[in-house]
Amino acid sequence: MNLFQEALAWLTSPDRASGTLPLAEAIGQHIGFTAVSVLIAAAIAIPLGYLIGHTGKGREMAVGLSGAARAIPSFGLILLLVLVLGVTRSEIGAVIAFVLLAIPSILAGAYAGVQAVDRRTVDAARSVGMTEWQILLKVEAPLGLPLLIGGLRSATLQVVATVTLAGYVNLGGIGFHIIQGLQLRRYEQILGASLIVVVLALTLDLLFALITLAVRPGGGSGRPRRRLATS
Amino acid sequence: MNWVLDNLDLIGRLSLDHLRLSVVPIVLGFVIAIPLGWVAWRLRITGAVLLTVAGLLYTIPSIALIVALPAIIGTSLLSESNVTIALTLYAVAIMSRSVAEALGSVDTGTRQAAVAMGYSSWRRFWGVDFPLAGPVLLAGLRVVAVSTIALVTVGALVGIDSLGYLFTNGYQRRIIPEILAGLVVTMALALIVDGLLVLVGRALMPWTRRQPSASVKESAETSFGRGVNPGGAA
Repeated sequence: MNLFQEALAWLTSPDRASGTLPLAEAIGQHIGFTAVSVLIAAAIAIPLGYLIGHTGKGREMAVGLSGAARAIPSFGLILLLVLVLGVTRSEIGAVIAFVLLAIPSILAGAYAGVQAVDRRTVDAARSVGMTEWQILLKVEAPLGLPLLIGGLRSATLQVVATVTLAGYVNLGGIGFHIIQGLQLRRYEQILGASLIVVVLALTLDLLFALITLAVRPGGGSGRPRRRLATS
Repeated sequence: MNWVLDNLDLIGRLSLDHLRLSVVPIVLGFVIAIPLGWVAWRLRITGAVLLTVAGLLYTIPSIALIVALPAIIGTSLLSESNVTIALTLYAVAIMSRSVAEALGSVDTGTRQAAVAMGYSSWRRFWGVDFPLAGPVLLAGLRVVAVSTIALVTVGALVGIDSLGYLFTNGYQRRIIPEILAGLVVTMALALIVDGLLVLVGRALMPWTRRQPSASVKESAETSFGRGVNPGGAA
């Protein structure tokens, strides 16, 4: 595996701290795009998902939307929005694309979480005099948290992967180094930068796995759930 | 709109390329996932390891995998097989979990009845387990088909012609209708293949026609929450 050594050499070379886009800065941009996009998507999708889950209205629409969203080629969506908004506002275009890609998973996680709550639990809450808001915030939201985290996890992984394509529209990120490597036919650079994206994705996945464990109702002492079900 | 009308033959040719590139990973993924999913369903610990590896595989961004494959397995950077192999890996990753879930969805009583009637385990698998797992298998296959068709476009970055060519070409030449055409045709292709799978499913599993079973619907839905989409993203 000579090329892996070359890739590692590329990664650890002192040149990575300088040049057009230092590696650390690229990673920072990558994480920044991911975080901003997921946060905006969450701000839109969580309330909407709770509304759908709590009222049971619009569920068909949400299911259809999630299904259709899978068919969208994210690469095309990014390029389209960047061109439509113009190169001077390409950052906004790209972020809109990432947000649109992140919304379906979070929406599904939010409404599925609320809907997975035992109806008897909700009825019990209602019968002890909780208002609808209290039921949502104190019963449904906490009990549905694991599924919501699952949705956030999917969305984050999807966005962190897709942000790589920002390199193609000159927005930096780790994708910058992959695209540059492609253009210059530098295999060690392509592999090195790809490894960083993979490590970043795996780290985020692990982080969400830990959060899922932490938010499990009853602190993990409850019935053993199949852990894989949320991965 | 003029651009689309002037380039209908290009769009047609790319659509065929696109289909060709998608079909191989979808079919291969399905075939390879059957034994893997069976193992995952049958052997608890091996299965857990297998499905975890599949989950991790799916977190690898497709662009990273497609461009890194030549470096890892020594194919040419411009070879079509990079896209095929990468997409097959994703298909296997999603599908083996689906197969395990599908086999788990088969009623134990039915399985035991087959054993009691003297079915050998091979015949029981193909004659009882597999057909009864059909609806859940179909749900998984539909997810694989739709996401594969969307992902094929990323191959355009390494010069593999598909409808993704309209994205890179349209971006470089600043032709918005070209990109739009690529998006619309890719999604239409995904919807058509998805519809075909549903029709084939109905033809092969006539018993599902009358009572769209709740369990299938449910598993199709939870697959969204569970994030079948991650690394596949791009």
